[in-house]
Amino acid sequence: MTSPYLKIDHVEKTFQRGAATTNVLKDVSLVIDKGEYVSIIGHSGCGKSTLLNIVAGLTPVSAGAVLLEGKEVNAPGPERAVVFQNHSLLPWLSVYDNVALAVNKVFRGVKSKAERHDWIMHNLDLVQMSHARDKRPAEISGGMKQRVGIARGLAMEPKILLLDEPFGALDALTRAHLQDSIMQIHAALGNTMIMITHDVDEAVLLSDRIVMMTNGPSARIGEVLDVRLERPRKRLELVSDRTYIAAREAVLKFLYERHRFVEAA
Amino acid sequence: MNAPIDHGRDGMGQAALKSASAGAKVVALLATSAGVVALPQATGKPLREKLAPLAKSVLVSVIPPLITVALILLFWQIAASGPQSSLPPPSKIWEEAKDLIVEPFYWAGTQDIGLGWRILVSLQRVAIGFSLAAIVGVLLGALVGQSVWAMRGLDPVFQVLRTVPPLAWLPLSLAAFRDSQPSAIFVIFITAIWPVIINTAVGIRNIPQDYRNVAKVLRLNQVEFFFKVMVPSAAPYIFTGLRIGVGLSWLAIVAAEMLTGGVGIGFFIWDAWNSSRLSDIIVALVYIGVVGFFLDRLVAFIGAIVTRGTAVQ
Repeated sequence: MTSPYLKIDHVEKTFQRGAATTNVLKDVSLVIDKGEYVSIIGHSGCGKSTLLNIVAGLTPVSAGAVLLEGKEVNAPGPERAVVFQNHSLLPWLSVYDNVALAVNKVFRGVKSKAERHDWIMHNLDLVQMSHARDKRPAEISGGMKQRVGIARGLAMEPKILLLDEPFGALDALTRAHLQDSIMQIHAALGNTMIMITHDVDEAVLLSDRIVMMTNGPSARIGEVLDVRLERPRKRLELVSDRTYIAAREAVLKFLYERHRFVEAA
Repeated sequence: MNAPIDHGRDGMGQAALKSASAGAKVVALLATSAGVVALPQATGKPLREKLAPLAKSVLVSVIPPLITVALILLFWQIAASGPQSSLPPPSKIWEEAKDLIVEPFYWAGTQDIGLGWRILVSLQRVAIGFSLAAIVGVLLGALVGQSVWAMRGLDPVFQVLRTVPPLAWLPLSLAAFRDSQPSAIFVIFITAIWPVIINTAVGIRNIPQDYRNVAKVLRLNQVEFFFKVMVPSAAPYIFTGLRIGVGLSWLAIVAAEMLTGGVGIGFFIWDAWNSSRLSDIIVALVYIGVVGFFLDRLVAFIGAIVTRGTAVQ
């Protein structure tokens, strides 16, 4: 029996602010296989971003561990690239330079200068942004920024790509475009991806598995749903697909019947 | 473009309205093409027409201050013309100090030189002292902004030291350096460094957590982080500090040179006062003001170029 690709092993997280302590995550365990697309869904404040930050190594665990290929993760690194919710491009660098910052750091000494340039352009092509290579983030639209953010993440050749509500700030049409792009990229490269989302359709459309979290504090994994839909998936065909509708219903029932968001928080 | 016209022909029943609108579009098209034809003519027109708006904007910003200056000179002339007046009117200044005004770069012996040379000597001192202050200030500011312990330890000391007036440092620095030149430079340095430190620290404390996370995921080391994230991100703040700093240095150099002597513009004023050449002093004041204004604009200009992109947030 081989060890799992990514193992989130009994992770707990408690934040301490002065005398007050808040238990955000309680006993979260999850195993993710190579090439899998896993979404984590839950109401706001349930600690799903905290969980992603723990996998990224940006937030230390209070108890438990995250193991990637059997090795413990306790610091951030390029093999777990993050696509941040608000793109987080550096505004003083051009689109090209933003990706170059990552590529030059990760592949210095491994790839030659020309190879690195080709690799940057390849990744910009992948998200259809090579036409705007010399533009600064302020000069391109929100969807384009997020594309560049994805290119930067992919360019690090990560073992796992972590997406923190990547399309949350975008309008519905742009979001659909980017979801299609992500599906194509996932099909082409076979990356392992973990995505935080609060959009049920997005989760069902993109994921192999949907991890549903209960409400915080002390959030746990409530349920894990396998989405048995053939790939490539087509948005329009799925609308009337039984498996799709059933999966959608299951997630909605979890979120709005069994774990309704209590407005107290 | 074809679509609406075809539509109009398809539905014969409702043709009237649709073809009318299609016709309107055709007319509009013609109008725009007429506009396109007109364009080359516009570019072909003499330079005068293109420069007209530019000239207007220059005039609009130049004429009001000129009027203000003229009014001040007029009022001054009237106020200082009486027999009891202790200060010279502009006309007398022009008579007495004409050579200083029209010939800033004459050279007739070591102490008989134009104000332009004196200004350059002062500027050189400011350049050295201010550059040192900028480098040390940004580094110390980065330390204070980045490390909580450095802030706790250093910030109170800085807050006390920055209130010491520039000239109060002079006796101490004369005692330490035993020479007027490095003493004057040290006074510039110690005057200009505080706003640079404090603004840099604020800028670095304000670096968005997202940028820090990006740096962490990329595993940028301290040096890479400093040059690739910290400095560009804090640049607008740093340049605010530098701008205040250069203004203060220019304030301090004149005062310091009055006491240390030598060739600078400050000593010139002191020398003129000792020989009761009030007109020379007034001319020197105008020189100092104009140079100070351009120094400020220069730093602001460099800042605008360097922070292009960063400021757009």
